[in-house]
Amino acid sequence: MNILQRVKGLVNKSFLTYAMVIVSFVIVQLLANNGGISSTLRGQLVPICAYVVMAVSLNLTVGVLGELSLGHAGFMSVGAFSGVVACISLGDTIASEPLRLAVGLIIGAICAGIAGFLIGIPVLRLRGDYLAIVTLAFGEIIKNLINCLTIGLDGGGLHFGFLSSASALNLEPDGRVIINGPMGISNIPRLSTFTAGFVLILVTLFVVMNLVNSRSGRAIMALRDNRIAAESVGIPVTKYKLMAFVTSATLAGAAGALYAMNFSTIVATKFSFNTSILILVYVVLGGLGNIAGSIVAATLLTVLPEMLRQFNDYRMLIYAIVLILVMLATNNETLKGLPTRIRAWVTRSPAPQAEVGIDG
Amino acid sequence: MKKTLACSVAATMLLALAACSTPSTDPTGAATDAPTASAGAIKIGATGPLTGGAAIYGQAARNGAQIAVDEINAKGGVQLALNYQDDEHDAEKAVNAYHTLKDWGMQISLGSVTSTPAIATSAENFTDHIFALTPSASSVAVTEGKNNVFQMCFADPNQGSASAQYIADQKLGTKIAVIYKNDDVYSSGIFDTFKTKAAELGLDIVSTTTFTEDSQQDFSVQISDAKSKGADLIFLPIYYTPASLILQQAQSVDYSPKYFGVDGMDGILTLEGFNTSLAEGVMLLTPFNADATDSLTTSFVQKYQSAYGEIPNQFAADGYDCIYAIYQAIVAGNITASMTNAEINDILVAQFTSMTFDGLTGADMTWDASGQVSKAPKGMVITDGAYVGMD
Amino acid sequence: MSFLSHLISGISLGSIYAIIALGYTMVYGIAKMLNFAHGDVIMVGAYSCFFLMSRFHLPVIVGVVAAMLVCTLLGVTIERLAYKPLRAAPALAVLITAIGVSYFLQNAALLLWTSNPKVFPSIAGNTSIKLLGGQLSISPTALLSIASCIVIMVALTWFTSSTRMGKAMRACSEDKGAAQLMGINVNVTISMVFAIGSALAAIAGILLCSAYPTLTPTTGSMPGIKAFTAAVFGGIGSIPGAMIGGILLGIIEIFGKAYISTQLSDAIVFLVLIIVLLVRPAGILGKTVQEKV
Repeated sequence: MNILQRVKGLVNKSFLTYAMVIVSFVIVQLLANNGGISSTLRGQLVPICAYVVMAVSLNLTVGVLGELSLGHAGFMSVGAFSGVVACISLGDTIASEPLRLAVGLIIGAICAGIAGFLIGIPVLRLRGDYLAIVTLAFGEIIKNLINCLTIGLDGGGLHFGFLSSASALNLEPDGRVIINGPMGISNIPRLSTFTAGFVLILVTLFVVMNLVNSRSGRAIMALRDNRIAAESVGIPVTKYKLMAFVTSATLAGAAGALYAMNFSTIVATKFSFNTSILILVYVVLGGLGNIAGSIVAATLLTVLPEMLRQFNDYRMLIYAIVLILVMLATNNETLKGLPTRIRAWVTRSPAPQAEVGIDG
Repeated sequence: MKKTLACSVAATMLLALAACSTPSTDPTGAATDAPTASAGAIKIGATGPLTGGAAIYGQAARNGAQIAVDEINAKGGVQLALNYQDDEHDAEKAVNAYHTLKDWGMQISLGSVTSTPAIATSAENFTDHIFALTPSASSVAVTEGKNNVFQMCFADPNQGSASAQYIADQKLGTKIAVIYKNDDVYSSGIFDTFKTKAAELGLDIVSTTTFTEDSQQDFSVQISDAKSKGADLIFLPIYYTPASLILQQAQSVDYSPKYFGVDGMDGILTLEGFNTSLAEGVMLLTPFNADATDSLTTSFVQKYQSAYGEIPNQFAADGYDCIYAIYQAIVAGNITASMTNAEINDILVAQFTSMTFDGLTGADMTWDASGQVSKAPKGMVITDGAYVGMD
Repeated sequence: MSFLSHLISGISLGSIYAIIALGYTMVYGIAKMLNFAHGDVIMVGAYSCFFLMSRFHLPVIVGVVAAMLVCTLLGVTIERLAYKPLRAAPALAVLITAIGVSYFLQNAALLLWTSNPKVFPSIAGNTSIKLLGGQLSISPTALLSIASCIVIMVALTWFTSSTRMGKAMRACSEDKGAAQLMGINVNVTISMVFAIGSALAAIAGILLCSAYPTLTPTTGSMPGIKAFTAAVFGGIGSIPGAMIGGILLGIIEIFGKAYISTQLSDAIVFLVLIIVLLVRPAGILGKTVQEKV
């Protein structure tokens, strides 16, 4: 009976997360069609989707696997650059824009996944803060390498250059330089749409939640809670750690490609340590291992700096104060006890309204 | 119990979305506390880095533009309202800022101050048919393929090839070293064309070294490379803050080549606490000179100093010129605040491609359809702590 | 000859990283938190010294002492307001708070002191010392930072091993609960560590800006991250480790630029770090603690 209830609880929780995303999407879409949302929010819809996917995927590493990663933006970068290169190269082959975007996202995801696999093998041998610093190091290395990379496209296919200027690619006259070293990619076709972002969030949720609630997911969480105990009952450490890490990197790559194709330019320096930290903030604020929390935190913290624009020069100062206060409040013992007390109060008196709220 | 939690979470999220979705029933209704403008003012919006590491450029451009707007409004006649939004030198934030400005009712745009954000916002300008004149975003990609985006500053390739030409014509150096910032669009953009042009002109580049945002403190390696290869001129297509470090560190190892900088070098003399004797003999191509004695410059410098307590740099002058160039086009094209953005856009594009403008950063400026400005670069050399014309 | 001069630049850059890393490592050792705001305390220290020296024309020593006082006060205040309420919270929550504090300090500095870079006056004079017939020159700031680094390292090692307070710190870093039972005031001890770490940050800030004299609100953030790397490199929590890590990082950075490529210098530094950590997973001097079930 007890187990049955727990299973039901899990199903309901996943269901609610999906419902939350779908309902939000429908409402925003309806508002958008009736001109009910500001141009500011409209412009932020795709970045919000990308950050939500980033936060959910990082939560898989930090919350579910329990390893601190400070280089998640590196995977976003790999996905962004490879995805955009793919989309530009396929410009003539695939006419349909949504299909081209989908191919771009998949290629971005695969490249980031490969990067995640290559990095994961050495990195996951380390623990704790040492692992954190090595992920930071990989993030910086990726940034540095992409800064030195040039890729061009002409009739003869893709040309690659490293540590040389774009003219060394020897492109045919009609060729186009795609990645121009530190200048990154400019004039990116804007393929990303809110609907695409929404679909990507759903796919991410599907992948992450199914992984977490599977046999593998339980093995991963066992590693997080007690590695030695998990190892002693025969759980292969490297396999499951890699599984979580690579999945996380793959999703980050797709998010990167989605993000890049919403702006007409991307540069490697965008995906720096600060971006990794930003995403980590979403995860911690939303709650470790709490997928719905990550979604909400990523959305709110992406929108917050824009809402603070009326404070002009004090904007980022206020953002910092809000961040500190939120961390203090969410970890405050008195406040933490509050939900439990409210719950106790609610359970004593039956609350039919709450049930109705869930069904609707 | 988790249901209630998830439910409240969902509610919060929807609330947040609703809170920031201002219904656009009133198109001029400001989403932010925009500068109070008298009715009928033409709304000019701009983004620039007002916080973060690049804040100095954005703040200077904003201050310069604000002085111009105040002067114009004091004249009576056409009234302007200026709204500068922070973009933190980031493409994503710049697009957000751009949309905030659109909600405010922006009719004309000053684009963005720095290159990467400007490439992103200029694409929006093009889609929305809002005219843009960027003060200082010098990358070619800013104007490329967009017929309504114009630049007040030189484009990077022009600076690179003009520098190489100047060095070759004046025979300033035989062995040239270059130190540039290889994670920066501006710096690497100038370097690329400098290198190509230098090869054409037979200039001998003996040493090419780089630095990045993360390693812009120690230049001992770059300097010793240039020194050991016997370079007699160092070309610095970088901003003045790292340049001041290079000058200081080269002096400490008794290496005194000639230095040649581009417009980013302007400002080195106004660095608080900088020993200007280090910059003695530094040559630079800059469109603006705060020490110039013409009445336009002196009045601008004096106003800027009394308002902001600093000597204006080239970014401030670019911001000031942008407003006046737009003002000239507004007057000539009889633009009024009641026109639609697309109408204003078309008139301004027609005006800009046909007019001639005299400003702080150059005389007889003209623009072609590509959006790039054509003006004569001024070669300056620093003598006794002040700029002196090189010719 | 160029090898020697690169080595000297590397050591002098590294000794500054080392002083910053000492602050990181001390705080980490006791509070088990990555204090990302440390780099920004450095910036505040440099600004306070700058204003005292160039605006009020006070002598160098007054500027340095005052900057140390300002930073100590700042460090203790930050600890009291932002970190102490989170003593029982998960490590990541404290990490995010530290990041919040870092943003706060940077933006407050931007509002207070504007984004215009300031050129820091050299505190050790500008006359370089010439060796080997002028082929090799060493700047006095480099000598000063190397000397300060060694003095600080020795003093800290003595302090933690021989004084009452130092022993209390070591006890707290081993086991807070047991330390408390032994009559050690854990809160005072932690505040003390923040005070010392922040005073060191002031010295590091002054030396950093004296060697590379431009000062902006973001001056401290990148050296802060590099020093964090250095602390991990040497084995986080270990005082001699932080110093070795810092100096090695400086040397690797300069040598990477000089002998491999200036364009890839960041990648080289981090690649060496990764290789070292793969060989010695707890850093050069770090102790590998065997986990027990």
